[in-house]
Amino acid sequence: MAKYSILVNGTKHEVDALEDMPLLWVLRDIIGLKGTKFGCGRALCGACTVHLDGNAIRSCSYPISAVGDSKITTIEGLSENGDHPLQQAWEKYVVPQCGYCQTGQIMNAAALLKKNPHPSGHEIEQAMQGNLCRCGTYNRIKTAILSVASPATVAPAVITE
Amino acid sequence: MKILSPFQKKVKSITVEPEVFSASRRDFLKVGGILSGGLMLGVSFWSCNDKGKKLVTLAPNVYLSITSDGQVTIVAHRVEMGQGIRTGLPLILADELGADWSKVKVVQAEGDEKKYGNQNTDGSFSVRSFYKPMREAGAIAKLLLMQAAAKKWQVPVEECDTANSQVIHKGSDRKLNFGEVVEIASQLPIPTAKDVKLKEPQRFNLIGKATPIIDLHDIVTGKAVFGIDAVTEGLKIAVVKRCPVVGGTVKSVNDTKTLAVPGVIKVVQVRGAGLPATLRKPLAGVAVIAENTWAAIKGRELLEVEWEPGPNAGYDSAQQITELTAKMAQNGTVRRKRGDFNAARAKATKVIDHTYIAPYLAHATLEPPNATAVVKNGTCEIWAPTQNPQGAKDAVVEALGLPADKVKVNVTLLGGGFGRKSKPDYVVEAAVIAQASGLPVKVQWTREDDIHHDYFHAMSVQRIVATIDQHNKLSGWNHHIAYPSIGATEDLKALQPGDGELMQGPTDFPFDVPNIKVETHDAAAHVRIGWLRSVRNIPQVFAIGTMLDEVAVARGMDPVANALDLLGPDRNITFSEEMVKGAYPNYGEDIADYPWEVSRMKGVIQRVATESGWGEQLPAGTGMGFAAHKSFLTYVACVVKVQVDANNRITIQQVDYAVDCGVAVNVDRVRSQFEGGAQFAASLALKSAITIKNGQVEQSNFDGYQIIRMPESPREIRVHIVESQAKPTGVGEPPVPPFTPALCNAIFAATGKRIYNLPIDLGA
Repeated sequence: MAKYSILVNGTKHEVDALEDMPLLWVLRDIIGLKGTKFGCGRALCGACTVHLDGNAIRSCSYPISAVGDSKITTIEGLSENGDHPLQQAWEKYVVPQCGYCQTGQIMNAAALLKKNPHPSGHEIEQAMQGNLCRCGTYNRIKTAILSVASPATVAPAVITE
Repeated sequence: MKILSPFQKKVKSITVEPEVFSASRRDFLKVGGILSGGLMLGVSFWSCNDKGKKLVTLAPNVYLSITSDGQVTIVAHRVEMGQGIRTGLPLILADELGADWSKVKVVQAEGDEKKYGNQNTDGSFSVRSFYKPMREAGAIAKLLLMQAAAKKWQVPVEECDTANSQVIHKGSDRKLNFGEVVEIASQLPIPTAKDVKLKEPQRFNLIGKATPIIDLHDIVTGKAVFGIDAVTEGLKIAVVKRCPVVGGTVKSVNDTKTLAVPGVIKVVQVRGAGLPATLRKPLAGVAVIAENTWAAIKGRELLEVEWEPGPNAGYDSAQQITELTAKMAQNGTVRRKRGDFNAARAKATKVIDHTYIAPYLAHATLEPPNATAVVKNGTCEIWAPTQNPQGAKDAVVEALGLPADKVKVNVTLLGGGFGRKSKPDYVVEAAVIAQASGLPVKVQWTREDDIHHDYFHAMSVQRIVATIDQHNKLSGWNHHIAYPSIGATEDLKALQPGDGELMQGPTDFPFDVPNIKVETHDAAAHVRIGWLRSVRNIPQVFAIGTMLDEVAVARGMDPVANALDLLGPDRNITFSEEMVKGAYPNYGEDIADYPWEVSRMKGVIQRVATESGWGEQLPAGTGMGFAAHKSFLTYVACVVKVQVDANNRITIQQVDYAVDCGVAVNVDRVRSQFEGGAQFAASLALKSAITIKNGQVEQSNFDGYQIIRMPESPREIRVHIVESQAKPTGVGEPPVPPFTPALCNAIFAATGKRIYNLPIDLGA
């Protein structure tokens, strides 16, 4: 066991944890941020995606001892009021079905757009291939990302009230 | 107690409805205690809002309450796992009521079927069973509110209507908010379903439209609460090391190293069901209870357990497939018979004969199974992502030996269900661990646990022999089937498919073929067998749908024209009279209420052909395939367009579905179920397989058990919904069955290669 001080969504947290405890469990079990999900524990599904200094990482396979002074951002800290352009796009296209993988999908997409604000469809597919969705919402995920990256290329939202 | 799979279970709307409403009346007698002249009154209770203001609550049935401040609250009694039912059923009630949907609050019911009616959310029957009860629940409340307003205004009730959570007097355009008439309404007798007139469909403002799901914002902001997110005071985490072979037991445990892991609190044994494994009891195992998930996982790694693996230790799935394949040449148990297949075969000019093999499949819900249990003072409270809250409650009652009224099952959102979470083994596991340890416990399955210890979709071997006569007609159809039955999980003597399993393709084979013989063969179960989204339709419709494509080629016909021709004249088909052994269950519904209508099947076939551009010229290496199938009482036709490159890489360019599900309640969720259904089926067709050696599953995580990823997923999925006012039927499962045969047929069109084994492997 060791003491760590980590910066999550702009707040410092002092945690006492085994040095190999993955960041995922620190976030979920110790800090109580439940928006980041457990899916596989081996960086195969992307449900646990968070940002480390703006880069997407799989928190299930990232030990607390490696975090250091890096800034962690989780879905809870992605935007002030849940109004990141991707979150808005996700709502506009009613992307989620069960919703379990979607916070990881959004975090992964947000990191992509930060690096590459206007990815092509092919680049989106490559960047998102580490994020599994068992309900099969891939097409709407892609549309939602494209609607933020290149609005002119995307058809209007399927949902109209 | 026995948990039946939903397609075996009789869930009839005509019985559910009176049960539901009579239950609600009993309940209000208890809650309100107000009874006048033998009539039930609308008031149920007084309470205060958060500002201390006194509120009257009108609760005319168990699904609805309206407070005097105007808040409309609707109970979602069925379970949300991505299909949109938490939105779909409440919006039906809200539409009939005339509620302002944007202000409706939805609350999730605990497991209590006596109160709410059936809650086992499985088998695509939520909307089918509850469309009418929900409409009536809304309409009854609407009439009650109108009666109250009419009394206040001194006008005839016929001059009133409702909209936007207001009662409107049509003559004078006066309006009263629902909240303003709650107190008067509470003094009036509750109307019955017979008293109300349901809305004309053209007046629907929610049903038949596209409505976003109610949990949308919570999901995209990470606030949605799944089972894994449930917390309770002092909660500990348990991770269980389970016997790798089904039916095995714990021989010895050494937990010295485990208990040395910082954070590990206790180690307790879990007694397994033994054999049969059952649909509701845990596997034998040893639970490591810790302060957090990681400590529990680490502790489990260091746990030394010696197992007594039991009679399934030598099981090899590849070997069983070989054995079953050999049986395909033998006579089986005849289950359905029309005409004389052997005579048709003797006279045939062409015989097509193939064997089809499909693997075991795991559900792999992205949220692995988990459940939270608190057992204290002779009570047990559960929070679980369960599809079957009453079934889970019954199973916990049985396992803990507590009275039924001392067990409460709260339902969270489900991170995927697909049938896995209808089996409450993991809920019972949490309850017995909490009881044994005296600690509030969440049992958390890892992905490895999930893949190793699932209730698997069974592998299957089938053979179909199709005969064509001198008039170029399909004259005979002989379908041989062998797979371990779901029934074997409860009853080791079940060696052949049940009626509910066979109904999914073979015994409801609708085509106008003069000679049909369906035969089944013995296949013992050596793992826990369960149902997976669309169940036995998956392999059976794969075999049937691809064989029909071969029949079309043999007859020199276009596959769509072939299917329309084979369906024969428009009529309602019954199957019972051809059943040799067993019955034809029709998904639990009377076939008189839900007939098999050839005209509706032809309708979706013609629609999908038109919409998909069927028959157009395609470049080399590209092909379109077709299949159609009715399952869960919903008619679906599917066209898949693929491109196969020189390296045999498959790109699914386009999928077109035509669906006739009667009234489409929430059009956007009907679409999304078909979009997701195509993706789900694409995983099964192209990627997924479970194999078993020495009684142990060989795959462990998403590297070994693969599901489809974005780059290889169908590029475009188009859903064409037939406008219909027929009784609504479900859409959760029906998208899956026709996809795989349509894909295989498209691959044939593109490459000339036929697929007889799943998952599809064209070779590199």
